[in-house]
Amino acid sequence: MKERLVLVGNGMAGVRTLEELLKLDPDAYEITVFGAEPYPNYNRIMLSPVLAGEKTIDDIILNDRAWYEENGIVLHTGDPVVEIDRVNRRVISESGVEVPYDRLLLATGSNPFIIPVPGSDLPGVIGFRDIADVETMLEAAKKYKKAAVIGGGLLGLEAANGLMQNGMDVTVVHLMDILMERQLDRTAAQMLKKSLEERGMKFLMETQTAEVLGEDHATGLKFADGSELEADLVVMAVGIRPNIELAQKAGLYCERGVVVNDTMQTYDPRVYAVGECVQHRGQTYGLVAPLFEQAKVAANHLARIGIARYEGSVTSTKLKVTGIDLFSAGEFNESEGDETLVLQDPARNVYKKLVVRDDRIKGAVMYGDTIDGTWYFQLLREGTDISDFRSTILFGQHDLGDAGHGDETRVAALSDDAEICGCNGVTKGQIVEAIQTQGLFTLDEVRAHTKASASCGSCTGLVEAILASTVGEGYEAQPSKKPLCGCTEHSHDEVIQAIKEHELKSMRAVFDFLEWKTPDGCAACRPALNYYLLANWPEEYHDDPQSRFINERAHGNIQKDGTYSVVPRMFGGICTPDQLRAIADVADKYQVPEMKVTGGQRIDLFGVKKEDLPAMWKDLTEAGFVSGHAYGKALRTVKTCAGKKWCRFGTQDSTGLGVKIEELTWGSWMPHKFKLAVSGCPRNCAEATIKDFGVVCVDSGYELHIGGNGGIKVRVTDLLTKVETEEEVLEYCGAFIQLYREEAHYLERTAPWVERVGLSYIKSRILEDEEGRKALYERFKLSQRYAQIDPWKERSEGKYAHEFRPLKLSA
Amino acid sequence: MNEWKEVANLEEIPPLGSRVVEVEDGSIALFRTSDDQVFALRDACPHKSGPLSQGIVAGHTVTCPLHNWKIDLESGEALAPDEGCTNVYPVKVEAGVVFLQL
Ligand SMILES: Cc1cc2nc3c(=O)[nH]c(=O)nc-3n(C[C@H](O)[C@H](O)[C@H](O)COP(=O)(O)OP(=O)(O)OC[C@H]3O[C@@H](n4cnc5c(N)ncnc54)[C@H](O)[C@@H]3O)c2cc1C
Ligand code: HEM
Ligand code: SF4
Ligand code: FES
Repeated sequence: MKERLVLVGNGMAGVRTLEELLKLDPDAYEITVFGAEPYPNYNRIMLSPVLAGEKTIDDIILNDRAWYEENGIVLHTGDPVVEIDRVNRRVISESGVEVPYDRLLLATGSNPFIIPVPGSDLPGVIGFRDIADVETMLEAAKKYKKAAVIGGGLLGLEAANGLMQNGMDVTVVHLMDILMERQLDRTAAQMLKKSLEERGMKFLMETQTAEVLGEDHATGLKFADGSELEADLVVMAVGIRPNIELAQKAGLYCERGVVVNDTMQTYDPRVYAVGECVQHRGQTYGLVAPLFEQAKVAANHLARIGIARYEGSVTSTKLKVTGIDLFSAGEFNESEGDETLVLQDPARNVYKKLVVRDDRIKGAVMYGDTIDGTWYFQLLREGTDISDFRSTILFGQHDLGDAGHGDETRVAALSDDAEICGCNGVTKGQIVEAIQTQGLFTLDEVRAHTKASASCGSCTGLVEAILASTVGEGYEAQPSKKPLCGCTEHSHDEVIQAIKEHELKSMRAVFDFLEWKTPDGCAACRPALNYYLLANWPEEYHDDPQSRFINERAHGNIQKDGTYSVVPRMFGGICTPDQLRAIADVADKYQVPEMKVTGGQRIDLFGVKKEDLPAMWKDLTEAGFVSGHAYGKALRTVKTCAGKKWCRFGTQDSTGLGVKIEELTWGSWMPHKFKLAVSGCPRNCAEATIKDFGVVCVDSGYELHIGGNGGIKVRVTDLLTKVETEEEVLEYCGAFIQLYREEAHYLERTAPWVERVGLSYIKSRILEDEEGRKALYERFKLSQRYAQIDPWKERSEGKYAHEFRPLKLSA
Repeated sequence: MNEWKEVANLEEIPPLGSRVVEVEDGSIALFRTSDDQVFALRDACPHKSGPLSQGIVAGHTVTCPLHNWKIDLESGEALAPDEGCTNVYPVKVEAGVVFLQL
């Protein structure tokens, strides 16, 4: 018989845990759910837009009743559990239903804190927590004019804004002298107050409520100083208390919340708990992002995989009041010894503050222009050293949008039909719609449902910003530790480290050692692992063709009609008439429909049928060509300019050097594609400053530039150093490539890699550590011994012939 | 017609790999999974007809090389949230020989 799982609390954290569990093991349990509210699970954070009239209740249902049925879950709504009998392992509901359990999951959320002043139990005094509260507020707005909201925090302001949208005259009563003191510093809070006042909201600051006035319904408030305020509706939004009543009654150990360990277990190992009712390492949380991380961990253990750990979360904040852009994260009030970077533009109503300690961001507050919030938050969580770009950091990450968006910096200001994802033609309106109606919380979910940012990824920042401003504070930015893919909990760095330290030399060894969740990985992790193994064990690891994307398996670029393109390598772009004739002959012989000179100065033959590839390669190989790897996560081309040999400006032999570099580096597999260029003088005709590695010749030697990118996000290189001889250029180039090969994540170009690890780090490895540089260079040359075997030649001689030959049916 | 036709020896398909069989009205992709089962689908992705035979096989799915849709090898259906379906052909393996029913 299947084990029985009972969930108490049909809310966001509990049901998310069930969803995660069903993904891992759909048949593990007979599941029963009890919910005190009469609804199936809905998106609580969207109650504010419902109150403001921007959404209906139907819009915010996350799991309709059909979902429970399809998954064989028995749902009891409107029927709270009133007792947990841990001895006999069963729960008892208010209406008398008794259900036995093998495992119990508590997710009872929290209750709004109602200040215990006289009159606080009068009708007309409510919290802001559930659909019933919203309905009460909407009813009140029809009948009455005046409302008071006690509490100037996130929830209070969202409630006040909603009531105002419904035509009420709203006063916010706040105990402190600034709004949202837990999320904002004084300046930002004042800017916020000013714009809310402009919309008609009223404030009573530093005011303490002493009493709710009224006989049989609230009529007003009386304050500690004796003054009074008229109000027919009083919303208390002064905080929440974890709902632990049931757990306490059952004798489970509770402090402020139900205490759990890193596997989300309470003191009774059969009882798990997640969500706002939980206290973990002394912390309670009131936002969905951390709760969803908890849900993942609990599901992992309920499915008996048993490897996930919850280690706490850093959260960021956004206010969901349409038209107001506000963001905060971390320790945004500076303490002794911290540095503060501030940008303030009163005319544009923009304020940004970063609190910096030891060159790392500790906190951020932004008002008016928050598009870079997600970026700062990422820098904060990853503890990135910002000294390299500190002077411009407040201006934001300017390559955020793709070319079409230019300097559009306010997502909120974008119209609904603004195209966000240029690859898949997805507009802002479609993204917002999907987030709200499908209940999406993570970037991956938005990608899967809308395809936005699922192709080239250049719009990721914009999509994240839209996610943040739609979901509000709870959106899940890329988790601080990002698993390599759905098959594992381990990050790229952990996998790379394990491969090195534990000498894992086959894919099977990695799967076993790191406890992969799928039997043979997936299309995301297999190519990554194949690369990591190849890069770490060039002498021992055998390439696995079935773990390569088709382009690298067929050594050609697959085109949209299933044909391939062929690009022969021409070292440094130099060619002879004979070579050109050979290419022309091949083009004729195989009836190549189109030829083109590529951006990297090579010749591309398009439209080749897969079965023709080996024969064509044979002809090219015989004419002396090797593969151009134009299809691979590999060294592409070294682009060169005319140089000293011909050009009147040339300072060095840029073409000759380009040839040497390409001879050194061709054939090398990389985390991503890798492009080089050599220009003969600072006029830079070979555009070396937008390459992964670029050389700009000067009279006295060679400038070496790194981390450039000419693609969707143009990034100009950083100057690494200047050297004097060609030999040094080769050594530094090889060492840089090897560092990238060993340490970057698969599918990470040099530009984001350099930004992630910092230019200073790269300098420390390549410039300051001479011995280390030489060792890197040696390792590069060693791996090249195994890499510089021309794949075309091998295949024209019959290697992997099955790849290219279709099967015939026997008659 | 529904005839079983011999198409290949099992060893001719690499594990976690695929081969293409050309038939009158197009191509069929044969996939071999890590548990040595063989599946046959029309070699056209339900999205934009990408050649599924060129994709990466994992478990009982193949990921299309063009835009990364995942297709279930048993049913030919795209995995959620994508929607669509491609034809499935019956296959059997007997004594190391792969037969296809057309
Ligand atoms: C108006 C509003 C706006 C918000 N905005 C945001 C935001 O922008 N971003 C963000 O991250 N977070 C936001 N939050 C917070 C977020 O909604 C919560 O953190 C989240 O819903 C908590 O999930 P949970 O599962 O722990 O609790 P809940 O979602 O509250 O679920 C608990 C459920 O358990 C039920 N229950 C309790 N006791 C019992 C019992 N004995 N038997 C059966 N059922 C029981 C309750 O009725 C409730 O339905 C907002 C909250 C509110 C109220
Ligand atoms: C500062 C001003 C510049 C001057 C004076 C200059 C001058 C020259 C000269 C004299 C040549 C001729 C080389 C030959 O004889 O074949 C040349 C080539 C070239 N220039 Fe410039 N250039 C300048 C800037 C640029 C820039 C900014 C670009 C592109 C971004 C560029 C792109 C090219 C290209 C593609 C070639 C052909 C190089 C080759 O493939 O051999 N130039 N340039
Ligand atoms: S970069 Fe300088 S040397 Fe090279 S072609 Fe341009 S002007 Fe001449
Ligand atoms: S054609 Fe297969 S995913 Fe687009």
